[in-house]
Amino acid sequence: MTKLLLDRRSLIAAGGALVATGAASLMAPAVAKGLEATRSMRGGSNNYRRGAPIVQRIGGGGFWMSGTVRRAGDGAPLAGQRIQIWAHTTEGHERDWHSHGATLTDNNGVFRLEMPQIVPAFGQPHAHLAYDSGDFETVFLRPVMGSARQTSLEAHFVLQPA
Amino acid sequence: MRLVRASLIWAALLCAVAIPIAAASLSPYLEWRQPIYIVAGFAGIAAMGLLLIQPVLMAGVLPGLTPLTERRVHRWVGLTLVAAVALHVVALWITSPPDVVDALLFVSPTPFSLWGVIAMWAVFAAALLAFLRRRLRLKPRLWRVGHLSLAVVIVAGSVAHALLIEGTMEIMSKVALCALVILATAKVIGDRLGWTRRLPRPQHASGGNPP
Repeated sequence: MTKLLLDRRSLIAAGGALVATGAASLMAPAVAKGLEATRSMRGGSNNYRRGAPIVQRIGGGGFWMSGTVRRAGDGAPLAGQRIQIWAHTTEGHERDWHSHGATLTDNNGVFRLEMPQIVPAFGQPHAHLAYDSGDFETVFLRPVMGSARQTSLEAHFVLQPA
Repeated sequence: MRLVRASLIWAALLCAVAIPIAAASLSPYLEWRQPIYIVAGFAGIAAMGLLLIQPVLMAGVLPGLTPLTERRVHRWVGLTLVAAVALHVVALWITSPPDVVDALLFVSPTPFSLWGVIAMWAVFAAALLAFLRRRLRLKPRLWRVGHLSLAVVIVAGSVAHALLIEGTMEIMSKVALCALVILATAKVIGDRLGWTRRLPRPQHASGGNPP
């Protein structure tokens, strides 16, 4: 009898805790409290080419685009994630297929792809990056270089499971 | 002496418009742009130059032109400005449609495109107002306030647009042209509103500098 009561009490306590956490996650994503998901930037998807191939390097290289991909909430690095990169460079316009290339993150969730030097286009020296593989919510980034003379640029993704 | 002065004024105006274009033609970025993108950029730079000519024509400082001729030229330069702005936008649209669509819908990530689009609509509105002036028999005061207000929006928007852009324009010539456009516009508006003393017509003038 006592045993049953205890069980019922623990059941109620557990259920209450579950409801509480559930409600909290509705009010403000509890998971995201650790690390919030990256939101797509305005104009980030401009000239995106779905299915751009994974490449060792875009064109002749000389400029390094790098960053990390992590999971929202716990910030765990995500390996094997496909990131597409494109920009207006010394070798082509943003619209050109050959200006696009994709790469995969390593075991530490780090990606790094060599590409031609980015040059200012449409008023800013900027790059475009996309995560659009389906396992997580799609994110388009459009980082702007502090100076057109930079020879590298970073962009970081925190992805929300789809 | 009058001839020397007249030549200097015209030469100064020519330089003010031509030097930024010449400087931009030396930009290293041109090498990595397609012809249509280059056309778009230079249409914008030319439009900025026309934006200087417009108030200068109405300031009454150009030698050899009667007020009637100045007004007539102002009309033609205005039409050319509309064409240059249209060419600028259409050529940019051909270069990268999504970027221009974003700009026109005011959702572009770049703040300068907001100013550019505002200035564009103000240019079209100012031209439309000029076209409708007689047809609608606009009262002189309404016409003046309307056209000058739009001129202020055009100049402020275009200057902000140009200064925020990292493009083919060389920075010193860009800043100088923008400053001249603001000064010339302020001078004309000051004259029209009676804030400043109007310069005497250059034919009889003894002083006064070209803007």
